[in-house]
Amino acid sequence: MIVNKDIDFLVKGLIMKKTRLNAVHKEAGARMVEFAGYEMPVEYSGLIEEHLAVRTKAGLFDVSHMGEIVIEGPEALACVQYLTPNDVARLSPGQVQYTALTTPQGTFVDDMLVYCLSLPDKYLLVVNAANIDKDFAWVKGKAASFKVEVFNRSDEHSQLALQGPLAQEILQPLTDIYLDQMKSFHFAFGKVAGLDCLVSRTGYTGEDGFEIYTLAQNPEVIWKAIMAEGTPKGLLPVGLGARDTLRLEAKLMLYGNDINEQTTVLEADLKWIVKFQKGDFLGKAALEKQLQEGLKRKLVGFEVLDKGIARPHYPVFVGGQQVSEVCSGTFAPYVKKAIGLVYLPIEHTEIGSEFEIGVRDRRLRARVVPTPFYKREKKS
Amino acid sequence: MYPDNFYYSKDHEWLKVEGGVAVLGITDFAQKQLGDIIYVELPPVGKVLDAHQSLGTVESVKSVSDIYSPVSGEVIEVNSELAQTPDLINKDPHGQGWIVKLKIKDSSELQNLMKAADYERYIEGLEH
Repeated sequence: MIVNKDIDFLVKGLIMKKTRLNAVHKEAGARMVEFAGYEMPVEYSGLIEEHLAVRTKAGLFDVSHMGEIVIEGPEALACVQYLTPNDVARLSPGQVQYTALTTPQGTFVDDMLVYCLSLPDKYLLVVNAANIDKDFAWVKGKAASFKVEVFNRSDEHSQLALQGPLAQEILQPLTDIYLDQMKSFHFAFGKVAGLDCLVSRTGYTGEDGFEIYTLAQNPEVIWKAIMAEGTPKGLLPVGLGARDTLRLEAKLMLYGNDINEQTTVLEADLKWIVKFQKGDFLGKAALEKQLQEGLKRKLVGFEVLDKGIARPHYPVFVGGQQVSEVCSGTFAPYVKKAIGLVYLPIEHTEIGSEFEIGVRDRRLRARVVPTPFYKREKKS
Repeated sequence: MYPDNFYYSKDHEWLKVEGGVAVLGITDFAQKQLGDIIYVELPPVGKVLDAHQSLGTVESVKSVSDIYSPVSGEVIEVNSELAQTPDLINKDPHGQGWIVKLKIKDSSELQNLMKAADYERYIEGLEH
């Protein structure tokens, strides 16, 4: 038994990467799981409690598994314009944009954030952990015809996310960046807990909040300072479990579940990140054609009407015929409903349309509803 | 933590047996693994179960798991409180969070189950 255990430990140790905050999570009693090759905290005090803390107070996440790819050189702007459907030229240094890496078919290599570090010659792409190697190879390959260099900086970066209505109040005493002046989807460089950081007003929860990137070897200093500042105010550490339920309530995409190399940006209902007027980009012709011909299917949000939870890959039926399967599906702790996302034939995507989901030996009724499922009230 | 007078299965159910009737629930270890429980699907009263047959499911936010009956028997009562407050299983897994009562068919099947000390050693092995 002991021999087996040691081998198991060794194998896991070899395969699973650890973030620099690994020991901090274990100290905090987090339940750890493998995610995208990393050993990550899935839950600390409890998923629902963590979820509600982010909606009502604040939550702190280690998202160091996310990838950071830097494109640098005189044609960096032109290169990123070509790789993505959104208009990067709209970004000044200090601004962030949600966009995608698209295939020539207009489908997703990945979805990501682009940070304009220096105009027009330096951009940071923040990509999904599971796609780092694929994205880096893709970008490097496509970038060959531009005067740029591409660097995979994923292993050097740690990333923390502080999310929730109290995020600014908790972070401000720890940083020299004047957060009140930082608008949504903007960023600045400065110190957090004495360490050099990039701080952006972005997130993956549907709340106000910040993402904090650092190259420092000791990001636990930042983690501990934020926890010390925030704990009296109700801040909780939050794992990947609640990160998933939070992002789904806010209808933020999860690559691999909701979008992939078979789904186009238009089918995913992300037309707002496609700027046809900006010039040529990968997938433009395919997306224009799809727009002209009309979509055959579209990603919609649904609520389960019967008792039960729809989960990824459960079969979806319209008029008795299976048409697709659930992409994302869970119980949403804040709106207190079983919700999810699914691609439906375009004629069934109207709000209020009903369909069925197979849950083991039962068929549950579900209804197309407006999204996001949760939208925070903006400060007046 | 784990009552001495209970029987335990490898699938993390517990049984408390009194006069040919077993109260069945899932263990504290199981509820911790599942996390916050949202729904419990219960069998109809009168359902006859073979040993190791699924008698229902527990759904947490992140997962769904079958509950197995470690012994054969007939369902004579279900915990109807769980329909409104499924998190009783999280709060009091070995007490108010009980799931069903079974009329045991063959009490010799209990010999295949673990006692508390064995179960504690068993889950310790799973945790490391």
